[in-house]
Amino acid sequence: MTLLEYLQYPFVRYALIVGVLIALCSSLLGVTLVLKRFSFIGDGLSHVAFGGLAIAAVMNLTNEMPLVLAVTVVSAVLLLRTGQNAKIKGDAAIAMISVGALAIGYLLMNLFSTSSNLSGDVCTTLFGSTSILTLTRSEVWLSIVLSVLVVAIFIFFYHKIFAITFDESFAKATGTHTGLYNLLIAIVIAVIIVLAMNLVGSLLISALVIFPALSAMRLFKSFKAVTVCAAVFSVVCTVTGLLVSVMSGTPVGSTIVAVDLAAFLLCWLVGKLTAGRAA
Amino acid sequence: MAQLICRDLALGYDGGAILEHLNFEVNAGEYLCILGENGSGKSTLMRTLLGLQPPLSGEIRTGDGLAHNEIGYLPQQTVVQRDFPASVWEIVLSGCQGGCGMRPFYTKEEKARAAEAMETLSITPLTKRCYRELSGGQQQRVLLARALCATRKLLLLDEPVAGLDPRVTQELYALIRKLHARGITIIMISHDLHAALEDADHILHIGSTVFFGTKADYLQSDCYRGFLKGGDAQ
Ligand SMILES: Nc1ncnc2c1ncn2[C@@H]1O[C@H](COP(=O)(O)OP(=O)(O)OP(=O)(O)O)[C@@H](O)[C@H]1O
Ligand SMILES: [Mg+2]
Repeated sequence: MTLLEYLQYPFVRYALIVGVLIALCSSLLGVTLVLKRFSFIGDGLSHVAFGGLAIAAVMNLTNEMPLVLAVTVVSAVLLLRTGQNAKIKGDAAIAMISVGALAIGYLLMNLFSTSSNLSGDVCTTLFGSTSILTLTRSEVWLSIVLSVLVVAIFIFFYHKIFAITFDESFAKATGTHTGLYNLLIAIVIAVIIVLAMNLVGSLLISALVIFPALSAMRLFKSFKAVTVCAAVFSVVCTVTGLLVSVMSGTPVGSTIVAVDLAAFLLCWLVGKLTAGRAA
Repeated sequence: MAQLICRDLALGYDGGAILEHLNFEVNAGEYLCILGENGSGKSTLMRTLLGLQPPLSGEIRTGDGLAHNEIGYLPQQTVVQRDFPASVWEIVLSGCQGGCGMRPFYTKEEKARAAEAMETLSITPLTKRCYRELSGGQQQRVLLARALCATRKLLLLDEPVAGLDPRVTQELYALIRKLHARGITIIMISHDLHAALEDADHILHIGSTVFFGTKADYLQSDCYRGFLKGGDAQ
């Protein structure tokens, strides 16, 4: 079948639309995630989202996204709180919550699942092998609404996010409400993770968030250029990965991440070469 | 009325006080130099003045029309991650952020202000450069320009010349003098006794003995002689 024939299927069109939006959202906060301690919050949250999904599966919910979203956002807020509390080591708390959520999630699925193909289900949640291709209409709409919201919030708070990412102490000292914006960033990250879970599964989310930013950072040196470039990379890689996987039947998530990785290596090489010439 | 007043201030971390019963005030247009040995709590004092950590007890008041988001700050060390992609312009402009409130974008005036601050510090040619590729002295100027965007009234500088060579150090001191001459109040932490005594008009010495007063009084104090002796012994 040719590409055009594939595009006749609504599920492929849905997947493309949602894929592009997710790619866009997940790349925007990549730089912030890479450069701040938020990176491990992101990783921890993806495991929490897995736990949330397991609970939703056990409760036999038809539309699990709202529940997973609620669980992840609440965890994000809690993690941020503990991270700021000097007495409890932030990273230890995150490790505890994320590994705990992973274990409980798998346990729940094992105990209560009625599905005949349990390991298949688990695999889907972890690696997102097909979820992007089986989205229902309501899930597509929810994804669109959330993505638009994330992009809007990012644009609206772009300068504040920059100030806080670059130098939180200075921002706070000169009157920016860093606590509020940190909370906002954590919530947005939670939303992105729940969205991205459909695309690549909970284990590969970090890749989707971090690779485009890292790639762009090889090539560009201002925050704006890196952000724009990361968004473009992310969308291009995701669309490429999606199409490749639909046409050749490879798992969606890992194909996209493989393309992201290839793009990163390419950028790294280009970065090295141009740096060599400049020196 | 003074711009900044500290009454019976105690500071420290998690219950352990580093300094107690600190009293001093800074009036508009003054140049206060904070002296003291390593670990005496100078940076802690500055962080407390900025509201980055709560005082253990006592109070810090601002007056003379100074609002809390009108203080410019040059940190002792900005641990900017090695890979942070940011242009000089983006960083200087971010100094205006405190005055933005909920407004998402910078106004024309704020951009003009950032450009002016860069002009003052002669870093206009660096506008498009990447911050992490600058030399230490250039980075320090960029951060000073950012601090200048945040205030027209009061600058807090934490060891602005640490790690700079003598020539650049002198240039930076000259710049700070220039800003002071424009009417900006300066509070500077320094280990450079010589420069402190040259430019400052008030001295706050913290450590086992605390001194606050004018420079002339400081030169007569035991505190000063003790500090000199300590310096000689090294
Ligand atoms: N985050 C922290 N938690 C606990 N104690 C701290 C913390 N930061 C600093 N201290 C302690 O507080 C004391 C004062 O530190 P501070 O950084 O204020 O010293 P300083 O006068 O600025 O020294 P320097 O001249 O080296 O910059 C030191 O004993 C230090 O060990
Ligand atoms: Mg210090």
